[in-house]
Amino acid sequence: MATNDEVKEKKLTAKDFASDQDVRWCPGCGDYSILAQVQRTFPEIIKKDVEKIVWISGIGCSSRFPYYMNTYGFHGIHGRAPAIATGVKVANPDLDVWVATGDGDLLSIGGNHFIHACRKNIDLKILLFNNRIYGLTKGQYSPTSEKGKITKTTPFGSVDYPFNPVSLAIGANATFVARTIDRNPKHLQEMIRRAGEHKGLAFIEIFQNCNIFNDGAFSLLTEKDTKDDSVLVLEHSKPMVFGKDSDKGIKLDGVKPIIVDLASGSYSKDDLLVHDEFSDEPILAMILAHMTDHPNLPTPIGVFRQILRETYDGGIRDQINMVTEKRGKGDLAKMLYGANTWEVN
Amino acid sequence: MDEVKDKKVEKLSDVTVRFAGDSGDGMQLTGTQFSDTTAWVGNDLSTLPDYPAEIRAPAGTLYGVSGFQLHFSSIHVNTPGDVPDVLVAMNPAALKKNLTELNPNGTIIVNTDSFDPKNLKLARYESNPLEDNTLDGYHVYKVPISSLTSNALEGSPLSVKEVGRCKNFFALGMMYWLYNRPLEKTQEWLKKKFAKNKDLVDANLKALQAGYNFGEITEIFTTRYVVEPAQLPKGKYRNISGNEALSLGFLTASVKSKLPLFLGSYPITPASEILQYLSSYKNFGVKTVQAEDEIAGVTSAIGAAFAGSLALTTTSGPGMALKTEAIGLAVMTELPIVIVDVQRGGPSTGLPTKTEQADLLQAVYGRNGEAPVAVLAACTPTDCFYQAIEASRIALKYMTPVILLTDGYIANGSEPWKIPELDDLPDISVPFRTEKEGFYPYLRNENLARPWAIPGTPGLEHRIGGLEKADITGNVNYDPDNHNKMVNLRNKKIKNIANDIPDLKVDGDESGDLLVLGWGGTYGTLKDAVKRARAAGYKVSQAHLRYINPLSKNTGGVLKKFDKVLIPEINLGQLAKLIKSEFVIEVEQFNLVRGLPLKSKDVLEKITELLGGNNGN
Repeated sequence: MATNDEVKEKKLTAKDFASDQDVRWCPGCGDYSILAQVQRTFPEIIKKDVEKIVWISGIGCSSRFPYYMNTYGFHGIHGRAPAIATGVKVANPDLDVWVATGDGDLLSIGGNHFIHACRKNIDLKILLFNNRIYGLTKGQYSPTSEKGKITKTTPFGSVDYPFNPVSLAIGANATFVARTIDRNPKHLQEMIRRAGEHKGLAFIEIFQNCNIFNDGAFSLLTEKDTKDDSVLVLEHSKPMVFGKDSDKGIKLDGVKPIIVDLASGSYSKDDLLVHDEFSDEPILAMILAHMTDHPNLPTPIGVFRQILRETYDGGIRDQINMVTEKRGKGDLAKMLYGANTWEVN
Repeated sequence: MDEVKDKKVEKLSDVTVRFAGDSGDGMQLTGTQFSDTTAWVGNDLSTLPDYPAEIRAPAGTLYGVSGFQLHFSSIHVNTPGDVPDVLVAMNPAALKKNLTELNPNGTIIVNTDSFDPKNLKLARYESNPLEDNTLDGYHVYKVPISSLTSNALEGSPLSVKEVGRCKNFFALGMMYWLYNRPLEKTQEWLKKKFAKNKDLVDANLKALQAGYNFGEITEIFTTRYVVEPAQLPKGKYRNISGNEALSLGFLTASVKSKLPLFLGSYPITPASEILQYLSSYKNFGVKTVQAEDEIAGVTSAIGAAFAGSLALTTTSGPGMALKTEAIGLAVMTELPIVIVDVQRGGPSTGLPTKTEQADLLQAVYGRNGEAPVAVLAACTPTDCFYQAIEASRIALKYMTPVILLTDGYIANGSEPWKIPELDDLPDISVPFRTEKEGFYPYLRNENLARPWAIPGTPGLEHRIGGLEKADITGNVNYDPDNHNKMVNLRNKKIKNIANDIPDLKVDGDESGDLLVLGWGGTYGTLKDAVKRARAAGYKVSQAHLRYINPLSKNTGGVLKKFDKVLIPEINLGQLAKLIKSEFVIEVEQFNLVRGLPLKSKDVLEKITELLGGNNGN
């Protein structure tokens, strides 16, 4: 049996993270890319031993993910992955706990667990595979499907409004919030790396194409001739420039982001909004998050927000240490005796 | 104090007292203090707190009445008493609500100050019961408790309202005098409880002492009573409620198994106290997560079990329903968790603060698919301690979820507990799997338990989940024969636990005309009823189930030796249904679902009815 040291000396590769199970997603599914980028990134970002990594999921196509990673894994029940992960992480804060989930799993049946995991800042990495459709149940609309979407359960179009996952995570006080796209492997790898390095709850929304039930949902953002004009790549401390020829920028008009033409000569990069990932205030991140909802504005990808706060699991551990220091290590016999005892002779 | 006349002292062996007042009057506190002192002076006792679900219902109303019943004795006590001998009524509503249950020649102590037109009207009294013939036949002591309290606290810096709140300690002081109990335990408690507010400590101490002195001085009371200490087995004792005993039981299991304790839970009456107790045991390394909902409570426990903790979740009926799917996940992943259901009145929100036994079939069967789990039940407040340890032992040894049923009555009720020696409690050994050679996640040992290989163990990386597992490898598997095999293996594993639990004991003769078979919190009541029936010459014995699934191996044999089996339950016959289907026998039932413990006189009546004149006389 290979010891830890031997494994470390050997230097891990993507293959070391692939399990012996056949991958059973539909051919052409965006999930393959996510799996590949995770496996490619892990050798580089995992500072801990492989046995300390745990992948947890709920139910849905994305939630088969743990079976394909050669780490500890737990395929849970629908919506509950963040809660199972909370138990794992609190029980053993030394573990590196990752969650693979989908838009139905995390934002519909599991919405409550998601917002509270964010609120508590549990040190989990949550990867949301957002394809805006229910895939495993074969094509019903999801809480991220656009209003008016025609699906099997909405033959005349859906009448409800979708969640904006990035906005939801920022609103729930997640300490790391990012977005990326399955078809942009470099960017996806970079986001995984950043999430892995974050201490606290890291949330990545990954636009993921379901080529069977919602093909092309993100084509505007992935196709060669449209993507540059449709995607705004966020970079810390950089002015927000986009477009095929980097000729467009984002400027604030009050709290409203507007597009300005850099080629016209009326505006320069100095007029543009400059990204600040680390702002204490969530305002900028929130404005950027809602650009997605606006049909005329480009969709931002990248890190919207990263802040540092005490984690929940760390807080529990620190409190135990603090109380133990103050009261001394628990003495069970004393506990059983309690405050008022009497003797019968 | 030259006015003090010598008062008659009468010896009693057995008294049942009920304190009743507004839910804001502090009756639970008064009752608990009286219980703790009574336990401390060496009486055996049993308590029944009975309070409304509303925290502060409008003052003076009938539905706002909160009661605390206490049965104490110089001999062994099994129940909180069918019928109170003494009622302390702090207002007309408390009198009205409790009078019908009082012993017909019982004693009533009333706070006359509260019998004003407004409170009489709120209690729906047409005329003042203290002045008409409502209380004929009772010994009534009319005491202006409120005004005596404010007189005693004259000059106190507290507000009029705050002074008014001290009246329960006056009443407590009076009862201490009447039953010859020392004040010191309550005095100590007050000093500690209100350490940050000296004025409150002073006022309550004064009220307590004034109540005691009043008993001594007043001519109203001509007799005081003595209840001698009970002859309990030798040892060190404390008074303890079921919820606290349960919490200490799990703490003990954690220490004995050398596993960190994890509780994922969502507050729910009457189980919340367990989360409160365990969250204070930080210096034992206990981790508690107050989860966002019931489902997160149980699923976080499942996660913690996966990571190697002794993991629990605690709840009551409605929460149990919400945890159902996740318990199935623990069955499929074969992880050790303990689910505590402190049963309350149902269905739905039901009667949150009242007791019931109607979650039995939910515990045994309430999951999708064939999802067997071990089910245990605690039968007294102190048994909660031992059953918490036993539930943990079974969960860890067999890698299975275990449901432990208690109920509102034994959770809130208290009794003296002979504190065990730690060395007398069994060690729980838990071998984590570390050896890589020959490791398969679903390769079973002689108990059919699978290995517990926790994340962080090098070389044993594996995946589990809710999809059907292939035998041995644990890979996802949809093969029909494999599924059939796994369904049977999971079932057999739970059935085999029967080889590892004690036989069902019969209290009384091993055969006879009737066996009274019960489970859970009715233990004391049934014991009392059977004892009385035997004293009357009936050939009756008692057996009480602490293991519901599986049943002890000798259960069928025990039942066969009696002509009849009576199963009294606070439900419509859930254990009766189990027993009938398991052993294909006829059983008699006694079912009363009032949100209250059964009364031994009612059970006795049923026994008499079943056996007719067949008592050998």
